[in-house]
Amino acid sequence: MGTTGLPTNLTQGSRTKGGIGESTLRPDGVLKVTGEFAYSSDMWHEDMLWGQILRSTVAHAEILSIDTAEALATPGVYAVMTYDDLPTEVKHYGLEIQDTPVLAHGKVRHHGEPVAIVAADHPETARRAAAKIKVEYRELPVITDEASATAPDAIHVHEGRTDHHIGHVAHPNIVHRQPIVRGDVAAARERADVIVEGEYVFGMQDQAFLGPESGLAVPAEDGGVDLYIATQWLHSDLRQIAPVLGLPEDKVRMTLAGVGGAFGGREDLSMQIHACLLALRTGKPVKIVYNRFESFFGHVHRHPAKLYYEHGATSDGKLTHLKARIVLDGGAYASASPAVVGNASSLGAGPYVIDDVDIEAIALYTNNPPCGAMRGFGAVQACFAYEAQMDKLAAKLGMDPVQLRQLNAMEQGTLLPTGQAVDSPAPVAELLRRVKAMPLPPEQQWLTAGEAPDVRQLPGGLSNTTHGEGVVRGIGYAVGIKNVGFSEGFDDYSTARVRMEVVGGEPVATVHTAMAEVGQGGITVHAQIARTELGVTQVTINPADTQVGSAGSTSASRQTYVTGGAVRNSCELVREKVLEIGRRKFGTYHPAWATAELLLEGGKVVTDAGEVLADLVDVLGDEAVEVEAEWRHRPTEPFDLRTGQGFGHVQYTFAAHRAVVEVDTELGLVKVIELACAQDVGKALNPLSVLGQIQGGTVQGLGIAVMEEIVVDPKTAKVRNPSFTDYLIPTILDTPTIPVDVLELADDHAPYGLRGVGEAPTLSSTPAVLAAIRDATGLDLNRTPVRPEHLTGTA
Amino acid sequence: MRVNFTVNGRPQEADDVWEGESLLYMLRERLGLPGSKNACEQGECGSCTVRLDGEPVCSCLVAAGQVEGREVVTVEGLAEYAKQRSEHGGCGTDSCNSSRTAGTSLDEAKRWAARGIDSQTGEGGELSPVQQAFIDAGAVQCGFCTPGLLVAADEMLERHPNPSDADIREALSGNLCRCTGYEKIMDAVRLAAARQSEEV
Repeated sequence: MGTTGLPTNLTQGSRTKGGIGESTLRPDGVLKVTGEFAYSSDMWHEDMLWGQILRSTVAHAEILSIDTAEALATPGVYAVMTYDDLPTEVKHYGLEIQDTPVLAHGKVRHHGEPVAIVAADHPETARRAAAKIKVEYRELPVITDEASATAPDAIHVHEGRTDHHIGHVAHPNIVHRQPIVRGDVAAARERADVIVEGEYVFGMQDQAFLGPESGLAVPAEDGGVDLYIATQWLHSDLRQIAPVLGLPEDKVRMTLAGVGGAFGGREDLSMQIHACLLALRTGKPVKIVYNRFESFFGHVHRHPAKLYYEHGATSDGKLTHLKARIVLDGGAYASASPAVVGNASSLGAGPYVIDDVDIEAIALYTNNPPCGAMRGFGAVQACFAYEAQMDKLAAKLGMDPVQLRQLNAMEQGTLLPTGQAVDSPAPVAELLRRVKAMPLPPEQQWLTAGEAPDVRQLPGGLSNTTHGEGVVRGIGYAVGIKNVGFSEGFDDYSTARVRMEVVGGEPVATVHTAMAEVGQGGITVHAQIARTELGVTQVTINPADTQVGSAGSTSASRQTYVTGGAVRNSCELVREKVLEIGRRKFGTYHPAWATAELLLEGGKVVTDAGEVLADLVDVLGDEAVEVEAEWRHRPTEPFDLRTGQGFGHVQYTFAAHRAVVEVDTELGLVKVIELACAQDVGKALNPLSVLGQIQGGTVQGLGIAVMEEIVVDPKTAKVRNPSFTDYLIPTILDTPTIPVDVLELADDHAPYGLRGVGEAPTLSSTPAVLAAIRDATGLDLNRTPVRPEHLTGTA
Repeated sequence: MRVNFTVNGRPQEADDVWEGESLLYMLRERLGLPGSKNACEQGECGSCTVRLDGEPVCSCLVAAGQVEGREVVTVEGLAEYAKQRSEHGGCGTDSCNSSRTAGTSLDEAKRWAARGIDSQTGEGGELSPVQQAFIDAGAVQCGFCTPGLLVAADEMLERHPNPSDADIREALSGNLCRCTGYEKIMDAVRLAAARQSEEV
């Protein structure tokens, strides 16, 4: 482990080859490039059926009747199920609040809600049969925003709430409210020489993972079911699935199938229960694969938000106070809304020193699509607003925007508005300095000597809309703060089973966890940790399943920290047992067995001075050593419901971006030329994977800046663009070069000093792009994504 | 209906094909070649890209019946295709991919385990230069876009061995990736091009 505040050194590896700090390659890489890797949608079983879900065509309605007769009579159909066919009294599920019906009962609350399910021998037969189910709706008024949700006569989206948040919200259509109050804002406001206010709108973003929701449920002879599934957290799924099926958890055996990306969109259940229900009903294996249209309805999205911010500062640029109100639209079901509220409020002030703060965040129940987890999780929306405010404030003070941020940047020891001290390095000013110091891309790159302009380098690209006329460059900066791990007192543990034995004359470690590998490279890192701790070359990573204890979720930038920590911990326990065997067998031959600190390196037991005591092969002989153990990071506590004070977060992570854009001001077309990032990662266990996370997160931030938005009709609450034709994610043409400067300042509380990496780059990327567009156009842009009409005055 | 066509150099016959099925469905569900992916099934994402008589196409937009008598190369046959190209300038008919039953069988899927050692060692058989470059450059994360990108990138390098960055971006603009931010994909294609030019 490194020392707090000192660089951990990017290139420093372990003494065993392929250990931590090296850019070892993915163990699943060959399978993925040859097409052999089995994703959840690739599963196949002899005699399997295909499942199909019928979804509501309206957003808010009473269900008067459902007629399945014609669907059931369709040749090739094996089963049709509705709410009435659910086998037990448990008919709802949910991550925190069990408010989501497995199939709609009496009422639908959003467009695309599951109403009935069908199993048939061909996917097209299942689709056509589902279309023959007649559902009679009586439409209800739709609740779409704060005003319609909290009106005195508003219909309650959920009647008779009994969840633990209902006691502290002002209206049953508010899921959760979290105030964060510190200091005396009114008094501090008096000291302000300048005050800036802003009202910001953040659009609804989709995770748009490429592998659709899918899986295969196979009924078992013992009455249970085997489920092969793409998810972010097997055990969380299991807890929600088993009660609905009326099965004990050990009869629902889950195995992680290949996962085609996640980004938060697989935290909630999608087709898991439906596939199991159909498999148990028909006695046949059932596969369900959403198409892209259905995928847009089949998972939660990033909360759209309205954010009201007021900052004050003295004339020399010191922040005096912050007042903020953040309204998140949670849609029809709670999903992760309460935790998103906790993040948006507690991180709502950003990475700045502000002593006097009054923040309120709420999430609404509406009839819009349900929203929950997505990379950045509440901190993204807040960062967009507070960074816009910093630029506004700098303009009003006549200061450089980077200088203003550096002047107010938090440092190690700074108290957050929650009263929690940031007790590890917080290099906010340094990250800004680094990103600003990077060389700027040359001007007018579309011009090459003596030739016609290369339109591919211009806004509009091959549409050939400009040869440079009307094109203006802008530069913008932003920085953000994200928490790592599950916060607010959650028991955020992981489990690892590690085995060591001699196979084929060589010591081999086997690592078994339930961690969902969703593409991030956790399995690569687990093997590296095992090599470092156990001194072996050969590491086998077993498939993730529920035959081992929970690993927690692959989200909140937590898996390398928490499951990585669990793997390291179990390796240490295995090492102790191996050394015990060694002492028993060889202790009498050399005093160092009893006196020296012993390590496992290069397949041998060595002293810390480097003296070789024995080969692991000889120590282990025929014995196998195996340990399964849970591991926890330090505990957190809930935020006080009135003041928001509390030790709520485990760790923080910081990234800064500089965006360079070119805007065709006549047509409102934006080309992002470069999006440079500097991020502190504590310790890069696998530098290549770290870069991949930072660049990938950066581009998801670019997407919500200039193109991505799920458009919901405010009159009907229906989704208008559920396809990749109409919901645009960045292509390789929309994406700039992304130079990355990785800083490694150890966090002494974390394994190897590491910091979670995945989310921070998604925060500051968006406001940096927006700042650059404002810089280019001089426009006051308060919503994201920015579309051409917002730049041409034709919105 | 019955469809006869050539996949990865080997004649194939698919029976009981429904007229509305796509080439993608036939490959994945009837011929045991699930390497071509189903991310959007509407021609927007490129994850299902295959070569049809040499042309890169979205196999989700090709009706199964349209490939009667034609030649298809998928990611499963890419390594052999690239090898044949470098040796003979084309793919032989008998030497490419072996046939399997439909889909990834559960038994096969259950046996899958991430390999404990790095692919730097070369384990896992022969790869095409572009496949190797994707692994080496870190261009693979979740990997769902990878098969389509590989087919598209291989085709671009076939006709354009020394592409500029703008050429690469243009050629791959029909392939969506959500994980990598494309930087490592650019690196991978540059690497494959560089290795290719070193060999010549």
